[in-house]
Amino acid sequence: MTLRRGSTAFFLFVTIGLCGLLLLFAHAYWREKADRAAYGEKREIVKALGLTDLCLFTEARYTRHPAAADRFTPFQDHPLSLEHFPSASILLPPPHLSTP
Amino acid sequence: MSWTGKQRNILDFTLSSLLRRKGRNAALIVVYAFVVFLLASVVFLAQSIKEEAQAVLREAPEIVVQRLVAGRHDLIPETYIDRIRGIPGVASVKARLWGYYYEPLNGANYTVIADENFPYGKRTVVIGNGVARHLPPLVGKTMPMRSYGGSYLFMRIRETLSSESELVSSDLVLMSVDDFRELFRIPAGVGTDLVLTVSNPREVATVAGKIVEALPDTRPITRAEVLRTYDAVFDWRGGMIVANLIGALMAFVIFAWDKATGLSAEERREIGILKGLGWETSDVILMKFWEGVVVSLSSFFLGVILAYVHVFFASATLFESALKGWSVLYPDFRLKPVITPYLVSVLFFLTVVPYTFATVVPSWRAATTDPDAVMRA
Repeated sequence: MTLRRGSTAFFLFVTIGLCGLLLLFAHAYWREKADRAAYGEKREIVKALGLTDLCLFTEARYTRHPAAADRFTPFQDHPLSLEHFPSASILLPPPHLSTP
Repeated sequence: MSWTGKQRNILDFTLSSLLRRKGRNAALIVVYAFVVFLLASVVFLAQSIKEEAQAVLREAPEIVVQRLVAGRHDLIPETYIDRIRGIPGVASVKARLWGYYYEPLNGANYTVIADENFPYGKRTVVIGNGVARHLPPLVGKTMPMRSYGGSYLFMRIRETLSSESELVSSDLVLMSVDDFRELFRIPAGVGTDLVLTVSNPREVATVAGKIVEALPDTRPITRAEVLRTYDAVFDWRGGMIVANLIGALMAFVIFAWDKATGLSAEERREIGILKGLGWETSDVILMKFWEGVVVSLSSFFLGVILAYVHVFFASATLFESALKGWSVLYPDFRLKPVITPYLVSVLFFLTVVPYTFATVVPSWRAATTDPDAVMRA
């Protein structure tokens, strides 16, 4: 096969791209298997300490523990307080708080 | 000439035509790939956190009962334990003690938990890896913590939780129940909240309803609600994540539309010459279709692969400042890679298909007009 034709080079590029995507799938599968032990450890900590949330945003109570927050927490720092923590802008309110 | 032969010839011509405008097309591919990269990074990150939460928080308490006073959480009396234990279906109830501690020396917030089975005794702590990473200078092996009574408790660090568990334990400080009560001056007989196990998992909602009936000042949170929280909070199809992305996507749509609709004089002349040489309108459209395919597929592969590397190898470094906000402690986590055919097809249909079609429409208009008029325009 010669690469003198542009179309041949393009098809080769597409094949490489597809192989790259397949490699991502393979990597995800392999990592899932390899990380299973770490999952067990995380689950043990969650079970032993009765944790309800992931430690993602530690700046405010309601972003550190969104599942355990109440309706008013983001606004209760002082009267007329507006919610102002940056991470709160990328979190949606938990469904059990937003449904009446 | 066979159908495939014709397609290849047109593709060859398209590629040589693209290469004639190298700089412009390279810039287009860079911008396009960047938009795909942003979109794919957000989708991968949100999906991965969601799946991680589902996998890990499966072990969360079946029901957590909080007490509310004037809309705020309040300490819950341990006398509630007996009343809840009396509800049919409740297998066990126990009080939890936990709270937040602000460390003024480094500005970090810790989540302090009293562990009933704490193995190391008084004046010792076990800390999360994030806490260990951000310990204030000169702290060493002993962590001074200012109690709510004003005195300092000097807590000896006995253990650091593993870095693999950072996504759940990064900011934790574990200590004995006695130390916790002394630190926060919480008297005996009250807890932060209660955790329950229910004999039959199908009765969780009923038990939660009965708790509210028996104790109207309480609020039960079930495990299903905890899991739904993370499902909704990190739903990439909603919330501010999409609001932010729509901005980027719209900017790209305008850019692509402008590029695609506003055929340059050179491109119009090219179409005119091709028509003059005997190309059919369908051939010109085919050429533009292949042009769209080449540009969008190249950008798609580049964007998706780079986004995967960014999120799962580089811990989404570009988003770190947005995710970190004002937090001092930020977990150094390695997310479980998630890539599914569904996610890839969503990204494909959001990015490749619109661009390819956006390039075809204007060239159809140019191709259907008289070659002489196109060349003179």
